[in-house]
Amino acid sequence: MELSSQQPTVQKQGFGIPLLKFWQNHFRLWVHIGALLPLGVLVWMFFTGNLTVNPIQAASQRTGDIALVFLLLSLACTPAASILGIKEAIRYRRTLGLYAFFYAALHFLIFVGLDYTFQWDLIWDTLVEKRFIMLGFSAGLILLALAVTSFDWWKKRLRKNWKRLHRLVYLAGGLVVLHYFWAVKAGIQLPLLALWVLLALLLIRIPTVKEILIDARYKLTRFFRS
Amino acid sequence: MVKIHPSEITPEHIYLRRREFMKGIGALTLGALTLAACGGNVPVAELNENELFPPPEANGKTDELGNPVNSYTEITTYNNFYEFSMDKSSVASLAKDFKTSPWQVQVGGLVNKPKTYDLDKILKFEQQERIYRLRCVEGWSMVIPWQGFTLASLLKEVEPTSDAKYVRFETLYDPAQMPEQKDKYFAWPYVEGLRLDEALHDLTILATGLYGQSLPPQDGAPVRLVVPWKYGFKSIKSIVKIDLVSEMPVSLWMDASPNEYGFYANVNPQVPHPRWSQATERRIGELSRQETLMFNGYEEEVASLYAGMDLKENY
Repeated sequence: MELSSQQPTVQKQGFGIPLLKFWQNHFRLWVHIGALLPLGVLVWMFFTGNLTVNPIQAASQRTGDIALVFLLLSLACTPAASILGIKEAIRYRRTLGLYAFFYAALHFLIFVGLDYTFQWDLIWDTLVEKRFIMLGFSAGLILLALAVTSFDWWKKRLRKNWKRLHRLVYLAGGLVVLHYFWAVKAGIQLPLLALWVLLALLLIRIPTVKEILIDARYKLTRFFRS
Repeated sequence: MVKIHPSEITPEHIYLRRREFMKGIGALTLGALTLAACGGNVPVAELNENELFPPPEANGKTDELGNPVNSYTEITTYNNFYEFSMDKSSVASLAKDFKTSPWQVQVGGLVNKPKTYDLDKILKFEQQERIYRLRCVEGWSMVIPWQGFTLASLLKEVEPTSDAKYVRFETLYDPAQMPEQKDKYFAWPYVEGLRLDEALHDLTILATGLYGQSLPPQDGAPVRLVVPWKYGFKSIKSIVKIDLVSEMPVSLWMDASPNEYGFYANVNPQVPHPRWSQATERRIGELSRQETLMFNGYEEEVASLYAGMDLKENY
């Protein structure tokens, strides 16, 4: 506000403020655009032949990466609200979680449909033979249950149990990161990064850690205000 | 019109650019449209280069089972060469300035006549085209028209002694050129090994080219091993050292992950891997998976090498 009073040009107000309002009013829209953008890029790369000469494997790996990112983003909403004080973040927790499920579902469908062309005997063999597939599959089932019960109707119906059920997201996070570790051949930097982020997001949920961080935030804001 | 072989006259910078140009049909069409749209501003040479230097051609079009060879683009843009990058599609650009001349291969160890081969001496061995299936342990495969010569013909020259039981190969160690060698995750340089009878087998070659041209860096220039009945990682690239030894060498992958990668690493659909399907594979360029053949389809030629051995134990 101070900035705009320093530069009281009519044109700037006429252009800038509606844009800001549009941004604020339609933030949910931007979240959707941002969440669907990786899919758009992937599809575009797929059809322009930019997804390596082994596009099915590349698409499979990328949808997995994207799903993990959204899962972590969704897990970041609660601490963003409680610790950083960004209350609005909580409104996007479900949306981001649903996008995590959406990309995980794509990841699964690519594996089953494109990679193994619905040859169920082969798919079953890999499921029981490869521990990392079993882990990913388990995590996918958890995300499916959470996605299905994510709507208000279920929330009302399940009451206390809803919260209990949705705590399974932490387990899903752990399973996904381990799935990632076991899926890579070498170069564990990215799974390791995901592990640190997940651990940090879990750690700041511990009440005492959370209180220390909230306290630190108050002290910081007071320091900057004085 | 006189027919000119592409490799004789294509300057390297044009040669590399053309490959970029050929990346995909989509890109090609787009490129052609753009050029057409530019009208009079199009430098004529740009269009002609592409007509004058078509993609290199292999003499044979299929392997002995009738599988068509993979395209030059596929073979040269999807490479596992961890010395340059773990990302298969980045290797070609990262390796493009790799120096392959001068190059020497030291052959020694338990031999009567140790010898250091300059690259031109290596190229004097009678080069022949061999169209082989290459099965990567990661579950994908290609059919590649190599040029090269049998390892046996080289080993004969140095005369292995009676104590020699194995052959140990080593890739160049040069972190300045191969950036990933600075990463200590692996015990560089890359090492591979063969039993002497495997090394002397007629299918085992040292490759110096593909598609009628010298090997591009990303495919292991200037000289690499090709052992078609084993998983791709056995076919060590950019070799500088070959030693005849009495003990089984420990390869880089055996060292990194002994329960996943054994010394033999024969293609075997019966021996599962914790990560990739070994029962099936995807041929690059094809959509559906196909069954992986025992010894990658070379069972008739090589099964006798392993008579009486438990191949699940000796994976």
